[in-house]
Amino acid sequence: MKARIKITLKSGVLDPQGKAIEHALGGLGFDGIEGVRQGKYIELELAETNPEAAKAQVKEMCKQLLANTVIENYSFELEEA
Amino acid sequence: MKASVIVFPASNCDRDVAVALEQVTGVRPNMVWHGDSDMPKSDLIVLPGGFSFGDYLRCGAMAAHSPIMRDVVARAKAGTPVLGICNGFQVLTEAGLLPGVLMRNASLKFICRDVSLRVERTDTIFANSYGNGVVVTFPIAHHDGNYFADGDTLDRLEGEGQIAFRYCNQDGAPADEANPNGSQRNIAGIYSNCGQILGLMPHPERLADDELGGSDGRLMFESLVGALH
Repeated sequence: MKARIKITLKSGVLDPQGKAIEHALGGLGFDGIEGVRQGKYIELELAETNPEAAKAQVKEMCKQLLANTVIENYSFELEEA
Repeated sequence: MKASVIVFPASNCDRDVAVALEQVTGVRPNMVWHGDSDMPKSDLIVLPGGFSFGDYLRCGAMAAHSPIMRDVVARAKAGTPVLGICNGFQVLTEAGLLPGVLMRNASLKFICRDVSLRVERTDTIFANSYGNGVVVTFPIAHHDGNYFADGDTLDRLEGEGQIAFRYCNQDGAPADEANPNGSQRNIAGIYSNCGQILGLMPHPERLADDELGGSDGRLMFESLVGALH
């Protein structure tokens, strides 16, 4: 099964890269952007076929390595292969 | 004093810190490969600067899970002093041995230059050779040195005296314009709550010899020798 994981900065954590993107978009003439937050997207292919077991597994992966929960939130979707 | 320097793939200050330690202690440190599962008996463990694992995912995230880190964490919790410099500081936060996280510099630029630091405490094993409130010069060389922690954690660090160094101007004031990377409260380095673990972004080992432009960093290694014998 496939896991699609999104990792985003928690609100309140400054995102200088998001700010730089916002500036650059403004420079290209895209007005009216009220905020940009940059994050990460990770896809995993899992051998696990049981959705509950896969969910538990991916959650552990996010907590232990994929996200730093001091500054980041994570969310994910599972998709049957 | 026998130190162990952990070598990760793409560590690049491991040799510099080993030279600085040997100059002060007269003893060559153990160089311990990250894939090893344990290390010789050590009075001090050093996590050196560099770009371990290419800074993939997050700086220090992969290295924090290297096999040797189990032993590092166990020994740190048992009281062995640990010094994490630059990437080593990032590894310490990712391993949960120090609070907070090092984010991308506010300027988004890699910064490589000398900075002024205020020594916040001189009653620690790492800083007992410095004068109180003294301003020292250390080099920085990083892209991700922007120290972040939530407000409660920062208050606790201040309250418990866990701030080791702050970026400051030449008068010792932690002014905004003296903050090179956007770190919260100008924090350049912090101690664990027992004071046995120090993580800092600036590089003491790069100014530890007058022939290389200064020796403010050497005092950190002399402090350790004095405290640990």
